[in-house]
Amino acid sequence: MSLSRAFFAVIRRDLVLALRRRSEIANPLLFFILVITLFPLGIGAQPHLLQAIAPGIIWVSALLAAMLSLDSLFRSDFDDGSLEQMLLSPHPTSVLVLAKIVAHWLVTGLPLLIVAPLLAVFLGLPNHSLGILLLTLLLGTPVLSLIGAIGVALTVGLRRGGMILSLLVLPLYVPVLIFAGNAVQMASGGLPVDAQINILISILLMALVLAPLPTAAALKMSIS
Amino acid sequence: MFLIPDPVVRFFHRMASPPHFYAFTQRLMPWLTVIFLLLTAVGLYGGLYLAPADYQQGDSYRIIYIHVPSAWMSLFIYVVMAVAGAIGLVWRIKLAEIVAISSAPIGASFTFIALVTGSLWGKPMWGTWWVWDARLTSELILLFLYLGVIGLYGAIDDKRTASRAVAILALVGVVNIPIIHYSVEWWNTLHQGPTVTKMDKPSIHVSMLIPLLLMAVAFKFYYLIAMLQRARTELLLRERNAQWVKNMISESK
Repeated sequence: MSLSRAFFAVIRRDLVLALRRRSEIANPLLFFILVITLFPLGIGAQPHLLQAIAPGIIWVSALLAAMLSLDSLFRSDFDDGSLEQMLLSPHPTSVLVLAKIVAHWLVTGLPLLIVAPLLAVFLGLPNHSLGILLLTLLLGTPVLSLIGAIGVALTVGLRRGGMILSLLVLPLYVPVLIFAGNAVQMASGGLPVDAQINILISILLMALVLAPLPTAAALKMSIS
Repeated sequence: MFLIPDPVVRFFHRMASPPHFYAFTQRLMPWLTVIFLLLTAVGLYGGLYLAPADYQQGDSYRIIYIHVPSAWMSLFIYVVMAVAGAIGLVWRIKLAEIVAISSAPIGASFTFIALVTGSLWGKPMWGTWWVWDARLTSELILLFLYLGVIGLYGAIDDKRTASRAVAILALVGVVNIPIIHYSVEWWNTLHQGPTVTKMDKPSIHVSMLIPLLLMAVAFKFYYLIAMLQRARTELLLRERNAQWVKNMISESK
């Protein structure tokens, strides 16, 4: 089997598995929506305040939703042993890992993009910044999956990896949060955001190239 | 390997052996302690007594003799940890793993000290304990990275596996180091730019600079002492079933 066929086979397998267990798609999405609805209730429904902090709220919620969904990335494969088979295959582990991350993003990251405009309207974000919000989510959420994969790979062998995972992953998420949140903030003020978008693109490209390598190394460590 | 002189290679090979490392560091420790105490005494005397007061900040600037060396150490130790971790990952040298994990709590402490002293200085100077500026935020993230390393090491029972996990995490976190280092140049923020490590002349008077550099070297020695002490304890713990440890204990009785 050629490398590209193996790559797409892994993606297909993970997508089929996710479709069989639809709650995996729904849970992070519901969490995302719930957290965002909690903010207006907690802060009080002042339109100006909400509008000012909307980019931050949406991005922090996306961060938390992405982090909560991470555990499903390798968990079931680790439990039933198919992860070991994947590591034993002749193809480079990092490429197969990248395929799993892509599938995971399609299942958990992409739905966030679809509901984000609705939530932006909830929070009174100006319409002209909607495009930038979607663009930052499109560029940022794959980075969250890529970086998160490293943390999950390190902790998948642990019985209670949940708390430690957030300690490992959240500090590494900070640059994405800063630039993405700042871009949406600037865009709702009508300012140019080319610099932030360019930095997000470069972060995404670097993460795409570099993140699968430590993930593969960490998985080998967790299996042994 | 032909570029490295033979005695140096032999030195490193011998240092990788636990009994030799243990004995060697035991002999080294008094020397390190003396050098550290001397440097600290001279540096503090020069910094707190000889150096003139700043024309703007008065005497309160003198906190830099703790703050700046700690901040340098916080970055330096992270790099040492990552390099030692990488050596442990590649060559499976037990002592490199131990050096990496022994550095983490010390680095976290220095990061914490840098944050606290900076905040104590910031209250009278900037009028606030904390601002979300690039350097402060990235230093805070560095603290979290250290805590993540310590937490991950504690969470994995098998310490050899834990060392490898920690090394991978430390290497991933290295991307943060240049961000912290250049944050004051890339972003125009409240924290002042570098005054010492500029390529041309440092923009700090030499009577203030010399104690600062002395303190920086003194902190390096403190790190060496603390790290070696931790490493020796960790080594005994891991090698508690080895013959050389048993011999050593029976001899000392």
